[in-house]
Amino acid sequence: MRTETAPRPFGPLARRIALYAALIVLAAPFVIPTLWMVASSFKPLSEIFASPPSFFTDSPTAAAYGEAFAFQPFARQYFNSVYIALVVTLIVLLVSGLAGYAFARIRFPGRNLLFVVVLIGLLVPSEVTIVPLFQMFKQAGMVNTHWPLILVTAFAAPCVLATFIMRQFFIALPVELEEAARLDGLGRFGIWRRICLPLARPALSAVAILTFLSSWNLYLEPTVYLTSPELFTLPQALTRFTDPYGGEMWNTQLAAATMTVVPVLVVFLIAQRQFVESLAHSGLKG
Amino acid sequence: MGRADAATGYLFIAPQLVGVLVFVIVPVGLAIWYSLNDWNIFTGQLTYVGGGNYQAALDDPALPSVLGATAVFSGGVVALNIVLGLALAVMLNRRFKGAVLFRTLFFSPVVVSVVAWTLVWGFLLQDNGGVNGVLALVGVDGPNWLQNGPTAMVAVTFTQVVRSVGINMVLFLAALQGVPGELYEAARLDGADPRRIFFRITLPLISPTLLLTAIITIVGALQSFAQIAVLTEGGPGLSTTVLVYYVFQQAFSFNDIGYGSTLALMLLTFVMVLTVIQWQLRRKWVFYED
Repeated sequence: MRTETAPRPFGPLARRIALYAALIVLAAPFVIPTLWMVASSFKPLSEIFASPPSFFTDSPTAAAYGEAFAFQPFARQYFNSVYIALVVTLIVLLVSGLAGYAFARIRFPGRNLLFVVVLIGLLVPSEVTIVPLFQMFKQAGMVNTHWPLILVTAFAAPCVLATFIMRQFFIALPVELEEAARLDGLGRFGIWRRICLPLARPALSAVAILTFLSSWNLYLEPTVYLTSPELFTLPQALTRFTDPYGGEMWNTQLAAATMTVVPVLVVFLIAQRQFVESLAHSGLKG
Repeated sequence: MGRADAATGYLFIAPQLVGVLVFVIVPVGLAIWYSLNDWNIFTGQLTYVGGGNYQAALDDPALPSVLGATAVFSGGVVALNIVLGLALAVMLNRRFKGAVLFRTLFFSPVVVSVVAWTLVWGFLLQDNGGVNGVLALVGVDGPNWLQNGPTAMVAVTFTQVVRSVGINMVLFLAALQGVPGELYEAARLDGADPRRIFFRITLPLISPTLLLTAIITIVGALQSFAQIAVLTEGGPGLSTTVLVYYVFQQAFSFNDIGYGSTLALMLLTFVMVLTVIQWQLRRKWVFYED
């Protein structure tokens, strides 16, 4: 606690209670939707909109979880989201690791100009490029495949943000280490691979978290490019749990959403410091 | 290592540079070309119409409403995001039991997928859903949130803010921790009260972060597609049809690629203007940062 010299209307205990009360009330809309989602996914459909609302049910059932897999190829869709996000993350780590290092450390003519050209990739919203990109991918026969989701995420905005973060990191890295390695006869690639990349682990993990999340959350692109349910990714699949009359199958949808959200939340709770730091980096983007 | 080294440099940046050219710069060029043409969806033929699509935008009776909704949504998101983010940061910027837990809770929606988050809120905001259920417990007859214009706008704004304010909170926390403690010390010795300290010392010193965050938040709000698509589909009527959703509708629901591209370029212009302002401000205040 800070020492206060100014007179205060409340004692420290009352102020502390007021602080906790304010924080708990404010936290409700942040926490309750997720808890409510999990709780409701175990309710029978008839109790989903029970009044008064209750977290608990007398007859919990996991039937909605089974339905989620029966109604759509949900396991396949889950696999699609995971493998696409992993492939994109690996490509981005490689591409941004190389480009970020070169923009920070190697002198070559036109370096600053080319960096500005690359930064344009951060400035242009994906909603602007998607109309022409759709035509380009159609020409290439890649509509209704995963290629657009992989290629665009792996080279456009998320990758440029990664290149930016990696460049910032390598600019701050002391140059002496590299000079020692050079005297030992290592070339540029060797220095990058053996010296710089291992030192860049914090920046690389920030990049990995950010990239994985942007691929995992992608919604516009799958909606535009994919038409076959077995190719869908999770965000897109979640919106398709509707009965033949267009009504929402709430408990199935909530069960599927729970399966999508909970693993990421668990990883977040375990590694929350890295998450918070990496997303703070992303907030500084230009 | 002069020339060979330069060659290595080009080699290292080549994948990123080519990627940006193919997946960003060429498409922007194409979008400009499409905006000057009419696209016949059945024959695939482009017909040059010059400024025809731009004229169509001026004549479009829906566009003023769309731009109005965009302004209300982005403005609302920014105002709430900054005020709430700053309030949370100030509350959590002291040592007390549970501070880290609360920071984690306020940050957690950031890692929940946008679509899942929005679906759950859509569920809670049904007429007979959880939000109105809770309101009924305290004797309030809640509105049918998603079925009338003003409350639907409140709903999309609020859910967007709650999902993303954690990022701003973290940025503000970092800024608050950068304010030198001696300044507070001196102000307190001079007998300044906490409110005065906040407005005269804290706020001016973190104002660069505040402004930059505001612009980043507006740019993000201008690109909120999934939230609108999942929660309201732009409705009821046009009440939550923001520009980015309108672009999608024109280009992919109505297959009007020329007009869709014209609107997309309008969106790009807004984002570019805001980003240029941000870069200018950052340059001006660069010695304030860190």
